[in-house]
Amino acid sequence: MLLEYFQMLDHVQSIDFADQSIVVKSVVPEKSPIFEGHFPGMPLMPGVLLIESMAQASGILYMALSEFKVMPFLMSVDTAKMRQFVNPSETLEINSKIEHEGSGFVVSKCSITVDGKRVCNSQLKFATRSFDEVPTLEHIMELAERVSLQDAIDTYKAGVQS
Amino acid sequence: MSETFNKVAEIIAETSEIDLETITPDSNTVDDLGIDSLDFLDIVFAIDKEFGIKVPLEQWTQEINDGKANAEDYFILKNLCGKIDELRAAKD
Repeated sequence: MLLEYFQMLDHVQSIDFADQSIVVKSVVPEKSPIFEGHFPGMPLMPGVLLIESMAQASGILYMALSEFKVMPFLMSVDTAKMRQFVNPSETLEINSKIEHEGSGFVVSKCSITVDGKRVCNSQLKFATRSFDEVPTLEHIMELAERVSLQDAIDTYKAGVQS
Repeated sequence: MSETFNKVAEIIAETSEIDLETITPDSNTVDDLGIDSLDFLDIVFAIDKEFGIKVPLEQWTQEINDGKANAEDYFILKNLCGKIDELRAAKD
């Protein structure tokens, strides 16, 4: 994770096209300028960045499901609960599952666990835009490569075929 | 009033914090009720879930933009409820 660059996802652990779900692993950095203010003497992963992490996991999931035809943009944090402090160096398991696929929007249910304990959860709503309308596909494909999304997709498809 | 209208009015009242009494079949969701696009997506999500349908919002928007339909065809509540009933019938 590079918090100051909004790089919230490290590695896609698995993706399931039938279940419309994804699991992403990310490690909170030991040091970040974010922690200088949040909070001096008590560095904590900000709740808004936990929500951003869940949003990015949902986003890359839905882009994979749509074969990179549309990009979801976060438009509503319907519910969000921050249940425990998240500290530097902790490993996050970010789970997202598509709850509803509407016309021009998608809804996901997400959670983050640390050492098997749920630290936060949310329901997020996204407006979807065709990549014909937004100039972000190249950046998104770089992100997908960095987090090994294609490896997870290949692993899923191999499992379905066998 | 129809069961569909009553349910949709409840959804709108709850989602957009509008007094249920002010919502009528002739209400225009945008002009009369002041529902913006974000709230409208929340309403469509609730309608999709309530009735087990997928309101084709993108198609409707395209038809309006192309001049093939009027906004009133979809955004006057009695018309919206008629479209919902058609989608429910098609599903069954």
